[in-house]
Amino acid sequence: MASITIRGVKKNYAKTQVVHGVDLDFASGKFVVILGPSGCGKSTLLRMIAGLEEISDGTIAIDGTVVNKLEPRERGCAMVFQNYALYPHMSVAQNIGYSLKVAGIPSAERAQRVQAVARVLELEHLLDRKPMALSGGQRQRVAMGRAMIREPKVFLFDEPLSNLDAKLRVQMRSEIRKLHRRLSATSVFVTHDQVEAMTLADRLVVMNGGRVEQVGTPAEVYSRPASRFVATFVGAPAMNMLEGTVTLDGLSLLGDSRRLNVSRTGLPVGAKVAVGIRPEAVRMVAPGAPGALAATVDLIEELGAGRVIYVDLDGAPFSIVTSETVHPEPGSTVGLQFAETDLHFFSSETGGRLDVFKASVPEPAL
Amino acid sequence: MEKRVTFGRWTIGILFAVPQLLLIFTFFYWPAGQAIYWSLTLQQPWGGGNIWVGLDNFRSILANADYWNSITASMVFAGISTGLAMVIALVLAALTDRQLAGSWLYRVVLIWPYGIAAPALALAFRFILAPEAGFMAVVNQVWPGFWDPGLDGADAMASIIIAFSWKYVGYNFIFFLAAFQAIPRSLIEAAAMDGSGVIRRFWDIQFPLITPTIFFLLVINITESFQDSFGIVDIMTAGGPANATNLMVYKIYSDGFKGLDYSGAAAQSIILMLLIVALTIVQFRFIERRVHYR
Repeated sequence: MASITIRGVKKNYAKTQVVHGVDLDFASGKFVVILGPSGCGKSTLLRMIAGLEEISDGTIAIDGTVVNKLEPRERGCAMVFQNYALYPHMSVAQNIGYSLKVAGIPSAERAQRVQAVARVLELEHLLDRKPMALSGGQRQRVAMGRAMIREPKVFLFDEPLSNLDAKLRVQMRSEIRKLHRRLSATSVFVTHDQVEAMTLADRLVVMNGGRVEQVGTPAEVYSRPASRFVATFVGAPAMNMLEGTVTLDGLSLLGDSRRLNVSRTGLPVGAKVAVGIRPEAVRMVAPGAPGALAATVDLIEELGAGRVIYVDLDGAPFSIVTSETVHPEPGSTVGLQFAETDLHFFSSETGGRLDVFKASVPEPAL
Repeated sequence: MEKRVTFGRWTIGILFAVPQLLLIFTFFYWPAGQAIYWSLTLQQPWGGGNIWVGLDNFRSILANADYWNSITASMVFAGISTGLAMVIALVLAALTDRQLAGSWLYRVVLIWPYGIAAPALALAFRFILAPEAGFMAVVNQVWPGFWDPGLDGADAMASIIIAFSWKYVGYNFIFFLAAFQAIPRSLIEAAAMDGSGVIRRFWDIQFPLITPTIFFLLVINITESFQDSFGIVDIMTAGGPANATNLMVYKIYSDGFKGLDYSGAAAQSIILMLLIVALTIVQFRFIERRVHYR
């Protein structure tokens, strides 16, 4: 159990900077997920915590001890790699027990601890096999066992599930979660998969372009995205974004082609904003309903439990997720309605969240 | 899937193969066949027919102490020069693989020696290791009589070993470096996370994973030390002093072309050929059985 404190951490490769000053605090025992698109610096940050990359500037402290100059083995971290990185010439038992062997633990105790870990991960019958004789999921479990056996202060996961097929990924996800509940070691998990991130995280860190965009619980990140990037990156299908301008009585959207009456936003008239609305928050109504935006149906994706309806709003793509059994014909016109409180406002210039409707407004039907 | 070229008519395929077959036949099977024939006959120095003697040539060679001395010298040479060339190359490749400062320089420079013809490098080493001038002269000044390859057999052997190893360090280095670089970086990182230091990682992870390359180079180096040593011996020691560096390949030449014992030389070359064939078989068996970890 250990807390991790990251202060002003930067990373440069020759002339390019990939991490631009990151400040983060991970509380002891939490499961932290770092989410971001590829190339956002999330793996680099993880590898700096592990000690596999040098820290160009700033400090990383584990349990209050600055570890910048410490070797990986002195930091008390264990890591699960994306491609598992199992030692191909060693058996499963040797792979799991390697760190104990390096630490000079006598072979009897070693075997006992390998057995214990193998029991937890259901690998007992595979201990004599070589990694190449294992399936993807089994390799993944061996990689986890290798990390577990050291009883580390900190677990680091570098996109460990991205090489697995969809079904196995869901299964391993819940296994990782269970394992964390059992060991309750501080865990840092890096992924580009937002479903993985939402389901696993106690705390979610969203990164983009080498900067932290938002830190919070998955629910916070989903319901109050701190920036336009977070809003569109978290959630599937992505949040709908409409460019608009604040007017006296509401908003004009999409180059003045649509108007939306909303209560006072507190934003200056004429301000350029991006208005976001989650596809799940949109209701489909008859085209003529009062306050509804009319749109043309493009495409329907059937999901079984519900469906995603893609519509065209004067050239802007817009999606709706509904569980109602409605099947509008492609090409037909529908009306879109949503609650004012479901709208998210972002500055068109900075992309940052604009806080509006601070006073709680009773939900008016638009 | 393996791609195969197919020809509509077998004659076209044969036509393509003919030049290569002709070359192999002219420069390998024909001379090899001649050598086998000569080794079973007594060839007269100035011509005039062969007398069939069966295995007598082999018997007389194998009963000759000089020949056994030559075999011993060849083995000593093969063992030490292969060991030196491989260990030095392994260390250099391991350091280069770690991307230490200046590693790009090794990478380029170490490949050059293999491109130098054996006689040319032998000439260079003859000067470098000369007892009467240069570095070794300074050493001789301090310990008089320490170094004289012209008189001392061990010194002469050391000279040709140094020259040969120097050439093959470059060759081995290329293979070792390629083998090291084929090991996924994450394996080394995983071992580092597991608490393993640089030296421990080398022995536990890198070394076992490059064993196929080590076996390959071992066989190649020994084989080459039997064959490619000729130019070095000829220029540096001419087999001397007192036959101390009269390696098998050099003895074939000196017995055959200087001693005009064609039949004995032919028999010796058959023995050398069998030795190399045996080594090649070992090598192929290893390559076929080579462990592929992925």
